[in-house]
Amino acid sequence: MHETRWLNAAWVLLLAATAITYVLGEMGLVSQAGGWFLAGLGVLTVVKGVVVIQVFLEMRHAPALWRWLLLGWLALVIALVALAYLLGRA
Amino acid sequence: MPSIPLPHAPESAPRLRGDLGVWLIILAELLTFGIFFVSYAFARSRDVAGFNAAQATLDLHSGAFNTVLLITGSWCVARAVQAVRSDARSVGLRWLLAAMACGAGFGVVKLAEYAAKLNQGIDLTSNTFYTLYLMLTAFHFLHVVVAMLALGYLAVRLQRGAYGSHDSHAMETGAAFWHMVDLLWIVLFPLVYVLR
Repeated sequence: MHETRWLNAAWVLLLAATAITYVLGEMGLVSQAGGWFLAGLGVLTVVKGVVVIQVFLEMRHAPALWRWLLLGWLALVIALVALAYLLGRA
Repeated sequence: MPSIPLPHAPESAPRLRGDLGVWLIILAELLTFGIFFVSYAFARSRDVAGFNAAQATLDLHSGAFNTVLLITGSWCVARAVQAVRSDARSVGLRWLLAAMACGAGFGVVKLAEYAAKLNQGIDLTSNTFYTLYLMLTAFHFLHVVVAMLALGYLAVRLQRGAYGSHDSHAMETGAAFWHMVDLLWIVLFPLVYVLR
């Protein structure tokens, strides 16, 4: 039952983060929010990625090397995308 | 002396779930898509206005709904694995079928999106945004198809009595591939549909 709660909570959290991402997209907040928009989108994507990696892919039970490989991938990709975005705004 | 069956391995020992082979595939896919994602982002930085204009013609609703489908599919796959580990095979099978329904839904939405774009005269050569959008999402879609085939195979085997608390290895392997597909879309959706 404990495991079921983890899975259900993960699903709800992912749906909520997706809903917020969708709203950000619908509202097209770039002109007003700029960097905050990017930061918010980045945080949401990180949260969703961490949930999938840690809970669904069960990395929280896996050897540390694998966990950090996947989390590191997520962090690196998002960081590079953020860099590209900021370069585009320069 | 009768042998006493050991309980399922305790969660205390760190263990990679699923076959090592699928994890090597996952690493390769993450690397490939990671390069694609970053390439998209830097291509965008060279033509922000063009990308923003083209992105505005994308159907955000389809992208968001597809995200919900893949996330829900992941939840179903995870619940299926959990059920099989508890020897609840028929419950696990229902969760697997639910996950496959989510994957099928994703496919329908994606194909409808592509059809709509084709009707608008948009294709791979329209502009850089659409070249990348179509290549990225089509490549991802191929992986959804493979994940569906994997789930289908697991469902057939599960229905025939394979897998249980004694052996959930194949279930975990197929599940890991599905979750990877979900993880990729979790980056792809905000990157391509939302980031402006």
